[in-house]
Amino acid sequence: MAKKKKKMPGLNTSSTADISFMLLIFFLVTTSMDTDKGLTRRLPPPPENQEKNMVQINERNIFKVNINSIGKIMISGGEKLECTPNDLARLRSLVKDFIAGKPAPGETKGPECSMVNVPGLGPTLCSDKHVISLASDRGTPYAAYFAVQNELVAAYNELRDERAKEKFGRPYEALNDDNKGAIREIYPQKISEAEPVDYTKKFAN
Amino acid sequence: MAGFKKKASREMPELSTSSLPDLIFTILFFFMMVTTMREVTLKVKFTVPSGTELEKLEHKSDVSFIYVGPPTDNLRGQFGTGTRIQLNDRYADTREVMDFVAQERQGMQDQTKQVISIKADVYTQMGIITDIKEVLRKSYALKLNYSASQRN
Repeated sequence: MAKKKKKMPGLNTSSTADISFMLLIFFLVTTSMDTDKGLTRRLPPPPENQEKNMVQINERNIFKVNINSIGKIMISGGEKLECTPNDLARLRSLVKDFIAGKPAPGETKGPECSMVNVPGLGPTLCSDKHVISLASDRGTPYAAYFAVQNELVAAYNELRDERAKEKFGRPYEALNDDNKGAIREIYPQKISEAEPVDYTKKFAN
Repeated sequence: MAGFKKKASREMPELSTSSLPDLIFTILFFFMMVTTMREVTLKVKFTVPSGTELEKLEHKSDVSFIYVGPPTDNLRGQFGTGTRIQLNDRYADTREVMDFVAQERQGMQDQTKQVISIKADVYTQMGIITDIKEVLRKSYALKLNYSASQRN
C-alpha cells in the first residue's frame, strides 16, 4: 500500500517583498546620497630649509589680497572691499586683469611675462611670474576666506576658458589633457598663502 | 436543460504580486550603487560655504573628512559652543590630525592620491583651519578640498 507520492507544495514567496522592503529601508537609512563637492586646492610641501624659501619677488609681480579679522578685504593699492557680491565681482575682474598682464592697482607695470614654447601652441606669452598673495588673519571668518578663494579660482577659470575657446574653439573643461596642460602653462595658478607667523616665538629670540 | 447556467458573479482576478520582490530588489540595488555608507555620526554642526568653482570629489575611497564646527545641539551642554574638530567619531586636537592622516593613508591603494576634505562651518575662524593646513603640510597630505555647496 504505497502512498501516493505527494506533490511538493510551491514555496510561499509572498513575504519576499516584505523582506526586500526591509533591506531597502535599511540601506536608505544607513547611507547618504550627498555628492561631495568642494574647492580643490593644493598645499605647498612643508618648508625644508628656511633660507631657501626666501625668494625675492618683484613688487610688480605681486597682487596682494588681505582679509582681516572681520572679513574685510584689502587689495594691492589700498582699495578696501567687502564680502558682497558686487565687491567680489570687482575683485575677480581685477585679479583677472592682473593675471592677463595689466598692472595691479598701485603699480605702474603689469606682471612680467615670458615667451615659452608651449607644446601644441608654439611660442606663447605666458603669465608665469605673477603671484597672488593671499593673507588672512587668525580671526578671519571661514566664509570670507572661502569667498575670496572662490573668486581667485574663478578668475583663473575664466581666463583659461577664454583662451581655450580662442585656441581650440572649445571650453576648457571639454579639452583633452594635453590641451588643458597647454592652457595651464599659459595661466599657471599661483596663489600663495602667507605662512602664519608665530609672534610669540619671534619675539622670544 | 443543459443550457445557460447563470455564471456565478465574476470575481476580479487577484493582482499578481509575484514580480513585486524583483521590483523592490531593483530599487534596492540602485540605492546600493549610488549611495555610500555613512561612516561617522556627526558630532559637530556645520553649514558649508557656497561657491561657484567647485569640483566633484571623484574617488570616495581616497577621501578623508575633517569636520570643523560647534558641537551639535544635544552635545552642547556637555562640550560648550566652541569650535571643535571631529576626526572619525570623536573630537580631536589639531595635533591628532597627523595621526589621523597617517592612519587613513594606510588603508588606501594609491597613497599619493589621498585627498583631505575639510567640512567646516562658515563661522569658523581661520586660525583653526590654518593650524589644520599646517599639520596637513607636515604630514604631506597636500591635496585639500574645501567642501562647499554649489551656487549659481
